[in-house]
Amino acid sequence: MATTQSNLQPTALISDMANAIRNQVDTNSNDVIIVGIHTGGAWVAQTLHQELKLNTELGLLDISFYRDDFTQKGLHPEVKSSELPEVEGKTIILVDDVVMSGRTIRAAMNELFDYGRPQKILLACLIDVGQRDLPIQPDIIGSQIELQAKQRVKLSGPDPLQLHLMNIEEKRS
Amino acid sequence: MNPSEIQLNQEGRLKHFLTTEGLSQEILTEILDTADSFIGTQARSVKTVPLLRGKTVVNLFFENSTRTRSTFELAAKRLSANILNLDIARSATSKGETLMDTLWNLESMYSDMFVVRHADSGAAHFIAQHITPNVAVINAGDGRHAHPTQAMLDMLTIRREKGSFKDLSVAIVGDILHSRVARSQIHALKTLGAREVRVVGPNTLLPHDIESLGVRAFNNLKQGLKGVDVIIMLRLQKERMQNALLPSESEYYKLFGLTTDKLAYAHPEAIVMHPGPINRGVEIESAVADGPQSVILKQVSNGIPMRMAVMAMAMSGQTQELAQEEG
Repeated sequence: MATTQSNLQPTALISDMANAIRNQVDTNSNDVIIVGIHTGGAWVAQTLHQELKLNTELGLLDISFYRDDFTQKGLHPEVKSSELPEVEGKTIILVDDVVMSGRTIRAAMNELFDYGRPQKILLACLIDVGQRDLPIQPDIIGSQIELQAKQRVKLSGPDPLQLHLMNIEEKRS
Repeated sequence: MNPSEIQLNQEGRLKHFLTTEGLSQEILTEILDTADSFIGTQARSVKTVPLLRGKTVVNLFFENSTRTRSTFELAAKRLSANILNLDIARSATSKGETLMDTLWNLESMYSDMFVVRHADSGAAHFIAQHITPNVAVINAGDGRHAHPTQAMLDMLTIRREKGSFKDLSVAIVGDILHSRVARSQIHALKTLGAREVRVVGPNTLLPHDIESLGVRAFNNLKQGLKGVDVIIMLRLQKERMQNALLPSESEYYKLFGLTTDKLAYAHPEAIVMHPGPINRGVEIESAVADGPQSVILKQVSNGIPMRMAVMAMAMSGQTQELAQEEG
């Protein structure tokens, strides 16, 4: 599968995202929680969590049980357990690596509400490629990029974090 | 034919769950992993996930079983499915309706999954072969043949307690002859790589060809338990006494009941399992059933996530296959 490494540096983008988060929430508060969506979002969330030196535990979310394409694609064989601190009444910074259709974020919010009722959710995504199917917009983004038709962006990691551009036809072949 | 071929779709993924026999280590491990990830959802205030929302699961119990039926019902509800409980033993077939008529009627109601308990061996296979292709069938126990979800919840309990199957010696004790659970456990343990599987019981309750399944047979409980890491006690059915397969309950307890002194022959960290309901003072002493080595209540807890995993995987395999056929 042919992939091209992107010129974008994820760690630099995550630093910018951390600054943007500091401008929007009090990161010293015990009511602020970072929650990363497996797998790429969890890597970004972990780096953000270290950079922001939050007092609260990092949360991890696997949205496999909440996907709306379960009947088409089936159950992912490698479901990871979601591990969340208490979310009731908290401000949650929900983190994903790439936001495109918005369906993953919708599933993640559905799952979060099954753990409790957060006071507020901010959405932070490393890369926004547009092409939304649902009315979901990130509050904080690392970078916005435009993709050519049939092109996708993928984050590899966790060490080092690298962004790759790939052609979905090549991926299938 | 491999007994598991009917259970898999064209991609090799589960679409029915009828037996552990013939399923690969990869599939059994995937079932265990999926069940493991459902365990986390059971501790939440909202225990349901939306995976089977809009699907209809029919509990088809041709044989009574309150406990198994309840766990399948709870599992389906926690997957957000609609569930219909049919006590077939007391309804349709007792009025003369044939099994196939009952199934065709249920198919016509757009059911998506049948959970089948039947007194005849092979009933779940028969149903899987004869119903419309988009209905998943889960075997909830058929005759003396198989009880795969019970076996897999036991495997889940063993893996969570012991970490892996690789170095384990496991003894299954009691009525092996009539036990569908024991057969399913033996196949699963062998496939998952247990070092040794033993069966222990009186000669009248051990099939003569049991060692052909790759297990060692013992008639003496103390010898059978020597050094084992896992002890699985089976439930003894009272009618075995009446049919003269055993002399008496007290005689059975004396020879094959798991007591504190007999447990001492096993590895000091051995775990004790029992599928329930327990006949205290027949299969097992209360001090052992309620003791520190017992994981019997953990088995009960693991029953729901295991059944959720199997139902979700089978439904996923069915819908994948259907999508391919339509595509």
